[in-house]
Amino acid sequence: MTTAAPAKTQYEAIIGLETHCQLSTETKIFSDSSAKFTTEPNTHIDPICMGMPGVLPVLNQKVLEYAVKAGLALNCQIAPYSKFDRKQYFYPDLPKNYQISQFDLPIAEHGWVEIEMLDAENNPVRKRIGVTRLHMEEDAGKLVHGGSERLSGSTYSLVDYNRAGVPLVEIVSEPDLRSGQEAAEYAQEVRRIMRYLGVSDGNMQEGSLRCDVNISVRPIGQKEFGTKVEIKNMNSFNAIQRAIEHEIERQIAAIESGERILQETRLWEEGSQRTISMRIKEGSSDYRYFPEPDLGAIEVPSDQLDHWRSELPELPYQKRPRYETNFGLSAYDARVLTDDRDIAEYFEAAVAAKANPKQAANWIMGDISAYLNNERKTIKEISLTAIALAELTALIDANTISNKIGKDILPELLTQGGSPNAIVEREGLVQISDSGAIEMAIEAVIAANPKELEQYRGGKTKLLGFFVGQVMKQTGGRADPKMTNQLLAKKLNA
Amino acid sequence: MLDRAQVQKVAHLARLQLTPDEEATFTTQLSSILDYFELLSELDVTDVKPTTRAIEVSNVVRVDRQHPFPREDILDGAPDREGEFFRVPKIVTGD
Repeated sequence: MTTAAPAKTQYEAIIGLETHCQLSTETKIFSDSSAKFTTEPNTHIDPICMGMPGVLPVLNQKVLEYAVKAGLALNCQIAPYSKFDRKQYFYPDLPKNYQISQFDLPIAEHGWVEIEMLDAENNPVRKRIGVTRLHMEEDAGKLVHGGSERLSGSTYSLVDYNRAGVPLVEIVSEPDLRSGQEAAEYAQEVRRIMRYLGVSDGNMQEGSLRCDVNISVRPIGQKEFGTKVEIKNMNSFNAIQRAIEHEIERQIAAIESGERILQETRLWEEGSQRTISMRIKEGSSDYRYFPEPDLGAIEVPSDQLDHWRSELPELPYQKRPRYETNFGLSAYDARVLTDDRDIAEYFEAAVAAKANPKQAANWIMGDISAYLNNERKTIKEISLTAIALAELTALIDANTISNKIGKDILPELLTQGGSPNAIVEREGLVQISDSGAIEMAIEAVIAANPKELEQYRGGKTKLLGFFVGQVMKQTGGRADPKMTNQLLAKKLNA
Repeated sequence: MLDRAQVQKVAHLARLQLTPDEEATFTTQLSSILDYFELLSELDVTDVKPTTRAIEVSNVVRVDRQHPFPREDILDGAPDREGEFFRVPKIVTGD
């Protein structure tokens, strides 16, 4: 007798992200002390960010510009009328006992981010993730729990307010994400866009990009959402992905064993690779938002908006399909080249100087990237100009030099610069494509290596590589490799 | 009408400790204030745009330029400090 196993319930995860990006302005959002990161405590403080009575906050115009540009780049509508609000809560990292944020009239709404993932065959799979809103707000200070390193049970904490009042944009996604991988990809794309715009450095380790995840699971087919849990404390994209994967499993296991999911905030623990409960979440009505009376409303004039829009660079999600269509690159190559704006612009400059796009892409993603990684340099710090790279690809395309010679002269180009044409000329590296000259070299090599010849003809055909190497040595690496192979095979098999 | 539980909630959110007598007093007083404001609901505001601000001034911004402030003046003004840090009571978790 057989019993049918009960069909296993399939679940889906509903995930949304709240991303905080620190804006790279000179000064704070409402006051004129420095917004730069420093380890020297309380050096960037002033009466406004410290919430002294009688002070008047005034919005930094760069913050508005950056927030609007970020909103435009995320395909948002910029609000015709926007305002700031006070969000009240008590915590010593918040000197005023309220945070100036934006509640019901954020600067930007209704946008989207397109994420691109590659399937098993490296074909792009694109998905649009809705952006609910983007708003401006101030960051809080930092508590240093002196007690933990000193006497346990210490009765006080120390506070550093350098970060209080540092400008942030908070970007809230729609609950359109379904997996840890999608969420990590979304966060990376948001960072890429912020970096392209130059509005944020997006450094997760220093906390200038922070992601909070909202996640619930439900059986596939169920209409109602499950109970939402918030996860914090991920400081890499990889951690976002793993925290979500862990949390999906935890919630499914809880549901299957009949437990109730609590609406709470959980912390990702990198060490143990799990999430732990932090606190039961209070309802948002407890923040008692009300309009900030000290700051005027924002109504971005349409000519200003047009001007800022005209200053937006071409963004990664616009470049990727263009690289595939215009330059015949694979989706993978397009992704790699457009990850960093400077690299993308270098590549485009090389192509504009008539570089073969596929070859230029290979040089940039291969030898040049390897050099940048090893030397911890950026593409702007190397001596090889985009124009010289174009010249190099032209030399190879024209068969003037082999790819191998190209690789040989690359270190000099990277460190000292100069023209590939001139180096090839100076060093006499022009490829030998004259069959007569190559045959002469081959005959000399065969004559000098009778033993290897005998072994080769005895069946050890792997020795072809040895002979090729000898011919290259004989010609200083200049023999046309393809021709050398053909001619050698002919001679050896004669 | 405001009830006593609401008064207790608002007091908690504002970190105010009220005696039972004060709770009773504020329940009555706040209720009469709110009732007075209720008079406004007699007006028909169907075609009136919501007011978000009392002053009609928009787009007040400043240039992004630094003017450092002497930090000692601020650190000295705090109730308690330790070196270059502000010193505050330890935060009890759970709230």
